[in-house]
Amino acid sequence: MKSLRHFTQYLKKIKNNYLDILTMSDKAIYAIYDDDYVLLESAKHLVSKGIHIRDVFSPFPIHGIDPVIGLARTRIAMTAFIYGMCGVTLALTGMWFFMIHDWPLNIGGKPNFSILTNIPSFVPITFEFGVLCAGHGMAITFMLRNWTLPGFKGRNPYPSTTDNRFVMEIHAGDSDLSAEEIKAFIDETCVLEIDEK
Amino acid sequence: MEYKVSKHAKLTTIILVVVGLLSLVAGIAMDHNHHGVSGRLWANLLVDGYFFFTISLAAVFFLALQYVSEMAWGVTTQRVFQAIMAFMPVGAVVLLIVFAASSLHMNHLYHWMAEGVMEEGHENYDKIIAGKSAYLNQPFFWVRTILYIGVWMYFANWFRKNSLKEDKLNLDGAVSPVYKKAIIKGVLFIAFFAYTSSSSAWDWIMAIDVHWFSTMFGWYAFSGMWVSMMIVAVVMVQYLKKNGYLKEVNSSHVHDIGKWMFAISCLWSYIWFCQFMLIWYSNIPEEVTYYVQRFNDYRGLYIGTFFVNFMMPFFILMSRDAKRNGIFLIPVALIIFLGHWVDVLIMVLPGTMFEHGTLGLVEIGMFLTFLGVFIFMVLNALSKAPLQTKNHPMYDESLHLHH
Repeated sequence: MKSLRHFTQYLKKIKNNYLDILTMSDKAIYAIYDDDYVLLESAKHLVSKGIHIRDVFSPFPIHGIDPVIGLARTRIAMTAFIYGMCGVTLALTGMWFFMIHDWPLNIGGKPNFSILTNIPSFVPITFEFGVLCAGHGMAITFMLRNWTLPGFKGRNPYPSTTDNRFVMEIHAGDSDLSAEEIKAFIDETCVLEIDEK
Repeated sequence: MEYKVSKHAKLTTIILVVVGLLSLVAGIAMDHNHHGVSGRLWANLLVDGYFFFTISLAAVFFLALQYVSEMAWGVTTQRVFQAIMAFMPVGAVVLLIVFAASSLHMNHLYHWMAEGVMEEGHENYDKIIAGKSAYLNQPFFWVRTILYIGVWMYFANWFRKNSLKEDKLNLDGAVSPVYKKAIIKGVLFIAFFAYTSSSSAWDWIMAIDVHWFSTMFGWYAFSGMWVSMMIVAVVMVQYLKKNGYLKEVNSSHVHDIGKWMFAISCLWSYIWFCQFMLIWYSNIPEEVTYYVQRFNDYRGLYIGTFFVNFMMPFFILMSRDAKRNGIFLIPVALIIFLGHWVDVLIMVLPGTMFEHGTLGLVEIGMFLTFLGVFIFMVLNALSKAPLQTKNHPMYDESLHLHH
């Protein structure tokens, strides 16, 4: 039951994150900064006023922003482990089938009737295949979760955040405050520009 | 904050030494090998002398690495690494005694030192060993040995002395001159150590199996000493924190040292396996003898250490939380510490004791005795200076480490 509840919460979160972006049902307030440290301090200020910051766009990772805007720790490492283990299993099963079971191959007189006695020669491939699966699986999961796979439409509201701008995205619906109140609070920080779209 | 060796710690070291010596005596009394027990004792002196000496040596290397890479996070734990270096003089004396005894034919650890091995016509003449006489001869061996130990200890001494001197400087915001010099010393040490960590492993350990050689052996010994030292550092930091010291060390520092232990465990496993796999695969008679010996007479210990030293840290310490938590770190650290000691044991015993080598009372006794002395020397050195350095330019940065 607990996991089901988690799952429904998760679905709700995904819905919140993506649905109104795709349908544009809700207007977002964007606070634009020109410095990562200023943005970090402003985010702390806004969060202390009870404002929920949905996302931050920046040209590079801002150290320490995750706990401030309430992002949970990434679970990408866990997926990497699972992908890696899948790769290891797949590689060992494959080599057992190709080289031991289906058509025993005699390479350099190494034992070709049992996977256990021949395991050292399979280790390099197994290792490499584990790394390959972990790396690719992790990258694809990451891009899928961020909706940045090739061909997907970019969700970045301001292309300048890939250059020299740092933008916070705030939705009035996420907190009890009205859009005007939120903008007033943003104005208290060293913000460059407040935009709504 | 000054560290004081607690009564409890002193008692523990004394108990270790006493139990070790008792076990040693019992082991000698129960030894029924018809060749006598002296060979076994010498081999064990070499094992434990080398194991604990190289732990201290790896601490010098890691300290130099901290300076050279301008590593900031490690500054709050720098005194721990400096303390680990303290066993060097004792280890050096033990090693020198073993080598001197070998040179004087009081033991037969190194077959190439035996009489007549290099003389044509002598009954002991061995053509293969004679072919190596340009490198393996007594004068050159002693020049190298003295050079390694002397230079390493000079650097260890320099780092420690100048770090203590740095504490007393009055800088007024200027970058400490000791720090600038230490970077240069660090570069020099690492350049010297890069060659000598390998060649000392050849001279002292690989030369036991004198007909055999492996180009990977130096790295194998080096990664072993490095991971053993990281284990000691992990345990020391946990011990000190549990006793209320090292308040400046936060969970990110613990995490970083844990990561090193994890990473170097993987490096060691990688090199262990590479050395084995290449020789197993090519199956050349003069190379496989080394492994045939180990697989026939020491199979359980030999393969067991690999699995313990690889699987344990790999699976248990893989997650981030485990590397920050003493409950996971300490048991893994203690078990793979024993694992790496057994690894050195299996480097030495098959070539010196042949099929008679075991992991018995003599081995355990010698290990416990050395461990007691090692812990005493390290804690004693730790109590000689404040636990935090002063005036290190990156001390503040290290204090605020957070990830």
